Amino acid sequence: MAQMNLLHAINNALDIAMTENERAVCFGEDVGHFGGVFRATSGLQEKFGKLRCFNTPLVEQGVIGFANGLAAQGSVPIAEIQFADYIFPAFDQIVNESAKFRYRSGNEFDVGNLTIRTPYGGGIAGGLYHSQSPEAYFAHTPGLKVVVPRNPYQAKGLLLASIRDKNPVIFFEPKRLYRASVGEVPLEDYQLPLGKAEIVTPGSDITLLAWGAQMEIIEKAAEMAAADGISCEIIDLRTILPWDIETVVNSVTKTGRLVVSQEAPLTAGFASEIAATIQKECFLHLESPIARICGMDTPYPLSLEKEYVADHLKVYEAIKHSINY
Amino acid sequence: MNTDVYKESPVVHQPAFIDGHSVEIPILKVLQQDGTVYEGAELPEIDQESATKIYKTLAFHRVLDERMVASQRQGRLSFYMTALGEEAASVGGAAGLKPQDMIMAQYREQGALMYRGFSLENFMNQMFSNEKDLGKGRQMPIHYGSRELNYMTISSPLATQIPQATGYAYGQKLQGLDAVTICYFGEGAASEGDFHAGLNMAAVHRAPVIFFCRNNGYAISTPADEQYAGNGIASRGVGYGIKTIRIDGNDILAVLKATQDARTYALAENKPVLIEAMSYRLGAHSTSDDPSGYRTREEEAKWQAHDPILRMKNWMLANKWWDEAQETTLFDKLREEVLAAVKVAEKIDKPPVEDLITDVYDEPPTLLKAQLAELKVHIKKYPEAYPFTAGRIK
Ligand SMILES: Cc1ncc(C[n+]2csc(CCOP(=O)(O)OP(=O)(O)O)c2C)c(N)n1
Ligand SMILES: [Mg+2]
Repeated sequence: MAQMNLLHAINNALDIAMTENERAVCFGEDVGHFGGVFRATSGLQEKFGKLRCFNTPLVEQGVIGFANGLAAQGSVPIAEIQFADYIFPAFDQIVNESAKFRYRSGNEFDVGNLTIRTPYGGGIAGGLYHSQSPEAYFAHTPGLKVVVPRNPYQAKGLLLASIRDKNPVIFFEPKRLYRASVGEVPLEDYQLPLGKAEIVTPGSDITLLAWGAQMEIIEKAAEMAAADGISCEIIDLRTILPWDIETVVNSVTKTGRLVVSQEAPLTAGFASEIAATIQKECFLHLESPIARICGMDTPYPLSLEKEYVADHLKVYEAIKHSINY
Repeated sequence: MNTDVYKESPVVHQPAFIDGHSVEIPILKVLQQDGTVYEGAELPEIDQESATKIYKTLAFHRVLDERMVASQRQGRLSFYMTALGEEAASVGGAAGLKPQDMIMAQYREQGALMYRGFSLENFMNQMFSNEKDLGKGRQMPIHYGSRELNYMTISSPLATQIPQATGYAYGQKLQGLDAVTICYFGEGAASEGDFHAGLNMAAVHRAPVIFFCRNNGYAISTPADEQYAGNGIASRGVGYGIKTIRIDGNDILAVLKATQDARTYALAENKPVLIEAMSYRLGAHSTSDDPSGYRTREEEAKWQAHDPILRMKNWMLANKWWDEAQETTLFDKLREEVLAAVKVAEKIDKPPVEDLITDVYDEPPTLLKAQLAELKVHIKKYPEAYPFTAGRIK
């Protein structure tokens, strides 16, 4: 065990993956010598050489197109997109290529070895283009897996699982927590399962569900609710696609209430998908409407960020509203 | 199909691969560092008045950059980007154009906006994202824009402005305007797909656009020799059938000459031009960056000796268009003005909460209005959590 922040945990997972498999390759803009603008790939070029850890030219569609080819060839590409806000030039390569490579060829070819890492999310005064949470665009694409860790321990275990998974995975890293989130992380190799949500805190009155950096927010809201005598069951979804319906259904069947919170705008966000499924599966157990506490339906603002975000106070209000319904 | 292009090819019967570096690209230099003009160099159109305006803009640029980096270090400003050492590219480019020409920049071209006359207050209001910012406090510092001054608002996603510039210029041509578009970008951004789309479409559809590449040697930590393997960005212009020139980007007279000639040509022929200005990013990429992680002090020192502002000053002194007393007065005055403007701008209120939902569409849709109403109720309930807006909600 060692104290690590989220960046260290990711760096450590990459080190393990590259040590274990000499076909694993890390690349992206500024990823090589410099170790990435957030330093997640620090030291990897020194350790594994320039052929296995390198800077790419500044072209996201190139980064992912190259990664698709490399994965199809049998290597293990771990591509970094510098900010999730800049993943869109690669949208075609991800949505039309990575996601459909296996299906369209009848499994003659696949890019299952591909992992795309990218920092996402707000709370860093980044404005429109350094704050977005684009997971829902990708959740709408069968063939992809979408994973979001909430802390260093989760990040290491989920990233190793993503790299070894036989499907293309987009791994969204909560950049607000890169240095802010610190915790005990085993030095040895371990994996956490993809497609499995985690019950972080059991409770009986209401289910709170989120993923990534938003977990901190719902935990804070749950503390406030606890002071009012409300017992919250807190769940981290961890994998957005394919998501763990069973764990959420079991929880809501027990509590009868659900608040889902995401950073991204409300309309057509992944919270909406969850709400639709749970109202079908748990219809007769629900005591109140499922609440979605999300970003507003606008681009991510800068000076009015505090007002815009789905903060703990908005989640707390939703909890009370649900309980008093 | 037009096969003329193949007819132009000489026929050979032995394989003749063309070397990837066979295009030789000269570099235009007019002014030497000591302020003397190269023998035989063709000068741009310039007189004492226009030269003084350019020089004062360069001075303002240097002072603003210095002061804003200091403000960022003091924690007064969240973020800043200087153009230290490459100011001539943006200031000289704007000076070679007419006010009606559109400028579509990347982010390190504040000099072009300064030349157009964007006020110090406007710069400050944008950087401090206050309610007087033309962009309504929505973008990070340095993402300026002004319709009045024909300076398109900056967008962080790189290279997106390049094909847009082609379209904008095509519209200018359609209307028969006496106007072109200049499009600035870095050598890093030139790797994006949008660069290729923009140049090819401009050549095919004959748009009067000047593509101005600032080749400053780095894209954050990535040196140019890891960005491309060809002969810079200029060689690509040739591939697209675009008239192309490479210039010394630290030579204000070369920048001015190339831009003036490019404008004349683009307008007369309705065709694009590519200018590649060679320079060096002397400062950090941004205030979030520390270059000591990827380059040496010696390398930086080498380029410090090519300061474009000092070079112009030397020329101005040699022409007796400027003197040291004027120099001292100007810089002192600029420093005082910038400092005073910081103090004013940082005290101006943030934009009102209503600005959250405007401009997403021309009119806020019903759902957004409902979200705002709900937010206001929430803020009134927890006023201490939203100190910038709570007191101002009616
Ligand atoms: C599409 C996209 N990808 C990545 C980034 C992150 N980024 C911002 S500036 C930059 C480097 C740009 O280098 P260059 O074009 O050479 O311009 P310079 O900073 O040297 O002026 C990068 C990678 C971005 N803003 N947009
Ligand atoms: Mg550059």
